[in-house]
Amino acid sequence: MTLLGISHYWFVIVLMMLGFYCVIARGNMIKKIMGLNLFQTSVFILFVAAGKVIDGSTPILRDGVEVYANPLPHVIVLTAIVVGVAITAVGLALAVRIQEAYGTIEDDHLGDDVDGDDD
Amino acid sequence: MNMTLIDLLPFIVLTPLIASGIVALLPGRTLPFVVTMLACLASAVIAAFVLPAAIAGPPLAYPFGNWPPPFGIEYRVDAANAFVALLVAGMSAVTLLWAPKSVAVEIHGRHGTFYALFLLAVAGLLGITLTGDTFNLFVFLEISSLASYALIAYGKDRRALLAAFRYLIMGTVGATFLLIGIAFLYMTTGTLNMADLAERLPELRDNNAVRAALAFIIVGMGLKLALLPLHLWLPNAYAYAPNFVTAFLAGTATKVALYVMARFIFTVFDADYSFVVVPLAAVLMVLAVAGMFAGSWVAMFQIHMKRMLAYSSVAQVGYMVLGVALATATGLTAAFLHLFNHALIKTALFMAVGCIMYRTGSAKLHDLRGLGRQMPWSFTAFALAGLSIIGIPTTAGFISKWYLVLASIEVGAWWLVVLILITSLMAVYYIWRVIETAWFEERPAGAVQVREAPLALLIPTWFVVALNFYFGLDTRLTVGASMAAAEALLTGWGGLP
Repeated sequence: MTLLGISHYWFVIVLMMLGFYCVIARGNMIKKIMGLNLFQTSVFILFVAAGKVIDGSTPILRDGVEVYANPLPHVIVLTAIVVGVAITAVGLALAVRIQEAYGTIEDDHLGDDVDGDDD
Repeated sequence: MNMTLIDLLPFIVLTPLIASGIVALLPGRTLPFVVTMLACLASAVIAAFVLPAAIAGPPLAYPFGNWPPPFGIEYRVDAANAFVALLVAGMSAVTLLWAPKSVAVEIHGRHGTFYALFLLAVAGLLGITLTGDTFNLFVFLEISSLASYALIAYGKDRRALLAAFRYLIMGTVGATFLLIGIAFLYMTTGTLNMADLAERLPELRDNNAVRAALAFIIVGMGLKLALLPLHLWLPNAYAYAPNFVTAFLAGTATKVALYVMARFIFTVFDADYSFVVVPLAAVLMVLAVAGMFAGSWVAMFQIHMKRMLAYSSVAQVGYMVLGVALATATGLTAAFLHLFNHALIKTALFMAVGCIMYRTGSAKLHDLRGLGRQMPWSFTAFALAGLSIIGIPTTAGFISKWYLVLASIEVGAWWLVVLILITSLMAVYYIWRVIETAWFEERPAGAVQVREAPLALLIPTWFVVALNFYFGLDTRLTVGASMAAAEALLTGWGGLP
């Protein structure tokens, strides 16, 4: 396996860590959701890359095609993308409600409220 | 008979799933509740028929759309998941009995969408439990998680929104970790079917990608399970969710996550791999004991009753994981027993707190001073369910702790017995604080007179409390099913049919 052959893993790892860092370090809820999206997308790339067959064509039935890419990861990633969209939608909806209730979506300003014991 | 049972099997999941679509459109409040109740009862009844068949015979398999596994998605049910499915479907029906009064004060407007989300959560949890396909498991996990984020956000307190958002972030990271684990398994074995994976993985013992897969899956499910360092979402989510949602989630969500963890450790990866090749037992045991102590310790100082019970849940998860980490038949039996019994205990406790909050609107200890005489039935229910969480003999909580102690002695770990006793004493303290405040302190002067909670709330609460004592005395169902579940996990599925 050459360096180029495994290069996609480096993309996945870099993207994954960028997203994960964004989720952890950013206080803004929209940025957290964007980080979460990056994080998920990196896993999608990991899946799709696993389905690549060298010199393979698209997995569509037609004449003269013997070698084709594995279509199962594509299908899985399609489903996972739908799940990701749903999560983004729910997360953004919650962010809107938090903005309405608190007037801010910066987590740093809200940190004490949720753990506090008095009303 | 057996043929028809297998045909009915997928309807455990499909009934709530289809019903949720219908319930979302129904107007008013009574109609959505009735349809929801019927759907949950139907699931529970089918699950009750499936459990004896799964205990008696080989795993029941249902291939979806007649696609033979590993190409199609298959439901594969043995004693372990039939038991958990019965618990989830049964508890959802039992908590629903309690729902109408409680939901009526907490959620405004029509209830169709609320109950639709509840049914989605139930369907998701049941789907996780029954499926034999790892990717299908991920999808159901996200269905149930998304529904529970939304359910938590229904809480009246605005902090429910923050709790739901944080749970969403942590839950999604956990589920994505699970997906990474599944990706590694697929890349190394080329299959997603659990039985097929179990057959192919032994050849790949030295593969680092497989090790990474196990690590990702354990961390991902640890987040959903609220295992100690990953438990941060749980206290706030439980504390600020509507009372009905708290009672339902406390009895089902973490239990299903524990089942998934056990399924991966024992069936997919094989105990020999998880515990001998990878030192997972030691890791899980340390985290479990730390969870038992930290959870109980923090619970002792909470002034919000729902948060106190939530931290107590973190401790109870520790007991269950400890049973899994012992990796013996008795240990697993104890884990499954506690999974079932703790669902009964925590649901009863949260229902009792819900009864108190229905009248007082507060779960703060200092607001409850002297209330024991004004709401005797609610506080007695709390105290009796409290006995069960402490583990007093004749309660369900005693049975599961007894088996956990037996399992610890069996592997020669006497120190674990001591630790279990100490954490039980800590439970005595945090339950006693409530009793002392309610009965032994004077009602502050000028406080409003509070009436007893309505019967519509008290009767289901006392029903679950009674179940705690019933399963503390008659252990045939729980111990029998738990032993069968432990055996099913330890023997595995033996490849594809």
